[in-house]
Amino acid sequence: MNDTFDLRSAETHIEVHKFRTGAIVVSMALALLIQAASPVYFAKAAIVDLPLLITVYFGLSRRNPSTGLLLGFVIGVAQDSLSATPIGLYGIAKTIIGYLASSIGARLDTEHPAARFALTGFFFFLHQGLITLTRRLLLAQPEPWLTVRLAIAATVNAIIAVFLFMLLDRLRKQ
Amino acid sequence: MVGIPSRHKSLLLLFGVVLLQVLLLAVQIKRDSEGRLIRVWTVGAVSPFERAGAYGVGRIRNTWNHYFALRNTSRDNEQLRRENDQLKLQVAQLQGKAAEADRLAKLLSFKQAHQDVPMLAARVIGASADTASQTIYVDRGERDGVKKNMGVITPDGIVGKVLESYSNTAQILLLTDKDSGVGAMLADSRAQHPVGGTGETLLSMKYVPNEDDSVKPGQEVLTSGMDRIFPRNLPVGTVADVKSGNPFKLIRIKPAASLDRLEEVIVLLSLRPLELKKEQESSGPVAMVTR
Repeated sequence: MNDTFDLRSAETHIEVHKFRTGAIVVSMALALLIQAASPVYFAKAAIVDLPLLITVYFGLSRRNPSTGLLLGFVIGVAQDSLSATPIGLYGIAKTIIGYLASSIGARLDTEHPAARFALTGFFFFLHQGLITLTRRLLLAQPEPWLTVRLAIAATVNAIIAVFLFMLLDRLRKQ
Repeated sequence: MVGIPSRHKSLLLLFGVVLLQVLLLAVQIKRDSEGRLIRVWTVGAVSPFERAGAYGVGRIRNTWNHYFALRNTSRDNEQLRRENDQLKLQVAQLQGKAAEADRLAKLLSFKQAHQDVPMLAARVIGASADTASQTIYVDRGERDGVKKNMGVITPDGIVGKVLESYSNTAQILLLTDKDSGVGAMLADSRAQHPVGGTGETLLSMKYVPNEDDSVKPGQEVLTSGMDRIFPRNLPVGTVADVKSGNPFKLIRIKPAASLDRLEEVIVLLSLRPLELKKEQESSGPVAMVTR
């Protein structure tokens, strides 16, 4: 049986990647653990949203919207559980991001570092936008839509994503 | 029967999962519940690794400081000797100032005064998993007597309160969180104004009218005890910046405790209001407290 297979349409040639057994679960768990532990030792590490990067990466790679949204749902709810936020806040945002990343991944080539940088930056803004929208609509918490800190965080996350995704590429089945 | 196309299936699934979470959010708001069961499972799964990580980092840091960093010991010794000489000079100056000596005596008596209040030292093992909220996890929980809403401090100042207590772990809401607040007062005028978090490193003093010119940068801010969580006269921070606002002044407070690099904290093991045993005549910044 082939480990990878192609989605072929008239003009596109997009690979759907499979990963080594347990790679997705272990990556998700590690991302959550590092996200929860690293700010204790490096306060500025809190700017990085590792669970989001993991959601985006596996969404873009697996290219299956159902898998992507469920992955985003699980990691988002787990992130909510480890935070002071109501459960569902990050869950909703990451569910939608997982779905969109998978849908975009099925249509575009997302292997180039520049594409990964741009997509991660876009998804970071969208993720924060969804959280702000949820806070405003459902929790009646007035949050600013755009801040300088958010722009810096999006850039930092996009840069980290380029290198992290290269690392995660090694978990793919050849 | 007509089958649902795969693309529509995933859209339906997306709609269902999002709707489920919206309902979950609505239930939490309505019942003021925090989905405790899910949190207990997740924290229970993650906290052993955080404990192990904290232990590992401590060991590595210890090994580094005691073995590999020794090459700088000679230079450090020289520097410490110079600092020691300077400190001796400062101590001599302090001894000549009776008022300041009184103040130091009160500071020293603070710990003794707190012997009546049960306290528990706890190690910080984790932080919030999201970028917005300011919380930490400590390695003490219900088994150690830690309960929700207990105050958390360091010798430098207040830290926050217990947001959630699990069997071996507790989540602490830091003072810098947007949802955090403490009853506070100015050390000089004793005027009471609440202080809240802003989500950033500095705190905000609220509801000070623009006409009030008594608040100035550098002033010390203490707990007022009105929140019934912290005893009176614990250091909250120092006024860093005062600006006119609408309708109230914009006052930023620099926290007394180093909230961005906490390693160990003290949990006040009491849910009863802490009251002054007796007011100090000179109204020093720190007074004796008891349950």
